[in-house]
Amino acid sequence: MLIGPAVLFIVLLVGVPLGLAVYLSLTNATAGSLTGHWVGFHNFVDVWNTPNFRTALKNTIVFTLASQALVVVGAAILAHALLRPFRGRWFLRFLIVLPWAAPVALSTIGFLWIFDSQFSVLNWTLVHDLLPGGGHFYLYKPVNWLLGGIDHLPFVHAGKVDPLNPPQWLGQETLAKLSIILVQAWRILPFATVIFLAGLSSIPAEVEDAARMDGATGLRKFWHVTLPLQLPIAVVALLFGIVFTATDMTVVYVLTNGGPFNSTQVLTTWAYQTGIVSSSLGEGAAVSLYLLPVLAVIAILMLRFARKVEVS
Amino acid sequence: MTWSAIRSHGLSYLIVGPFAIVLAFPFYWMVTTALKTNGDLYNLANVPFKFTTTKGDPEGHSPTLRHISFIFHQTHYVRWLENTVFVGALVVVITLVLALPAGYALARLSGRLGQSVGVGIFLTYLVPPTLLFLPLSRVISKLGLEDRLWSLVLVYPSFTVPFSVWLLMGFFRTIPLELEDAAMMDGCSRLTALWRVIFPISLPGILTVVIFTFSLCVNDFVYAISFISISSNRTLSVGVPTDLIRGDVFFWQSLMAATLIPSILLALLYNSFLNRFIEGFTGGAFR
Repeated sequence: MLIGPAVLFIVLLVGVPLGLAVYLSLTNATAGSLTGHWVGFHNFVDVWNTPNFRTALKNTIVFTLASQALVVVGAAILAHALLRPFRGRWFLRFLIVLPWAAPVALSTIGFLWIFDSQFSVLNWTLVHDLLPGGGHFYLYKPVNWLLGGIDHLPFVHAGKVDPLNPPQWLGQETLAKLSIILVQAWRILPFATVIFLAGLSSIPAEVEDAARMDGATGLRKFWHVTLPLQLPIAVVALLFGIVFTATDMTVVYVLTNGGPFNSTQVLTTWAYQTGIVSSSLGEGAAVSLYLLPVLAVIAILMLRFARKVEVS
Repeated sequence: MTWSAIRSHGLSYLIVGPFAIVLAFPFYWMVTTALKTNGDLYNLANVPFKFTTTKGDPEGHSPTLRHISFIFHQTHYVRWLENTVFVGALVVVITLVLALPAGYALARLSGRLGQSVGVGIFLTYLVPPTLLFLPLSRVISKLGLEDRLWSLVLVYPSFTVPFSVWLLMGFFRTIPLELEDAAMMDGCSRLTALWRVIFPISLPGILTVVIFTFSLCVNDFVYAISFISISSNRTLSVGVPTDLIRGDVFFWQSLMAATLIPSILLALLYNSFLNRFIEGFTGGAFR
């Protein structure tokens, strides 16, 4: 009886709209109506055949995987460094949590300014002499040296930084994609770090001691003791990160609005573009429903790992 | 301090320091930008990291507060702040009314049913707004709530309730059953026992729910942008990126000030309740 209202509310506001989304995707409904003619899987096929959708699907996958790879590596390092108390830890933790606490739409505007076409602070730092008094230290030189190294790898055409014509972060396809990945990683990293940290500190001290007694140190201890114990919680953090990134529309909408030339559209922005801006409700619903299989897989994985943690 | 202690702490700083700089840099950059005059900000010859006052700058000395006062006096910013607080506060109330009893019941309900309902509620948290906004935008217009803040008040609990139930469930489980048994022994009914005994000890948990519900509301972008198109009815998350940018004209200093104010406030709140929040994602799930 006590659960009733909450369950009813959730069913009405999540279950029903979800059903409605499926229904709409099977009709040719347009804005202003909630019904349309039954068209079967026509929308899904139609949508699949547009080049912009393919780009959006590919981008969703690439942005999510790339940003989460950065996040996992970063969070693992950062969580280990934050584990033991040291002076100023509270303040540093405050700085680290900032990106996650700030409303996404607003902090992304900050990046819009950082990546500005004319006054980008990144570009300023790249092309100006950073040592006072004419020390002639230009950051773009080591960066170009690195990029030159990358250029020798197959399939990669990194290019170089031209100090007279600095990079247009949001105006050029590859850089715009890179920017989105960086912003997504930037905003999820604090979340993952905090969860990793919780996982690390939940490992009982006795286990650590026992491992040390048995002569396990450094990398061996990490591999045989810390990693297996921490893995389930790390996976949960990763799965949340994937959900947050793959289903996010704000970063792309504010940063590039899908541009230049729809090259950075993701499923969510493309659904918004089709369903709200172009008022093809049915097709828009179909676009967003392509997210559903991914979410279903994640839900199943999450439950499996949750059980694993419970057992251990 | 021993040598090894210095070495290991030094390592901590060496690792955490650069991360903190990268993660917090955008906010430092926002503060600096918000305080600059146009003459300072748009002069490529100036070093961007400090303030430079040019002689004869019509806006006078840099740093200046004039761009911050601009958003308060010349834009809908205060209105958006009020709207956000209004929606957030109402959603917090609705969330508590729905989630407190449900969380409590799920914590006390043993057996398969309770567990599967709990998991079901948790899974709805994984259904993102980006999947639901299209059908919901039609429902909202059918209900005649288009362009009204009430549409957000109605819809936001759909993502705040599942998370709050989950968080509270974990929290209530830590309270021993004997406590309410004792209260009921003393002649309280179950509801009075809840109200007088259980809720007061749960205050930290409830406060956490309040803060995170509120911040989830401030964070929403998808619903706010699809339901509301009248500028004065917008919330912060949508008002700032859409209405403070006029066409291609950016008022960068004001934009930065507008984004900083809510961000810093939320960050301070977050930091003080961080540990409880983590339990919502991990502890509650795996106890």
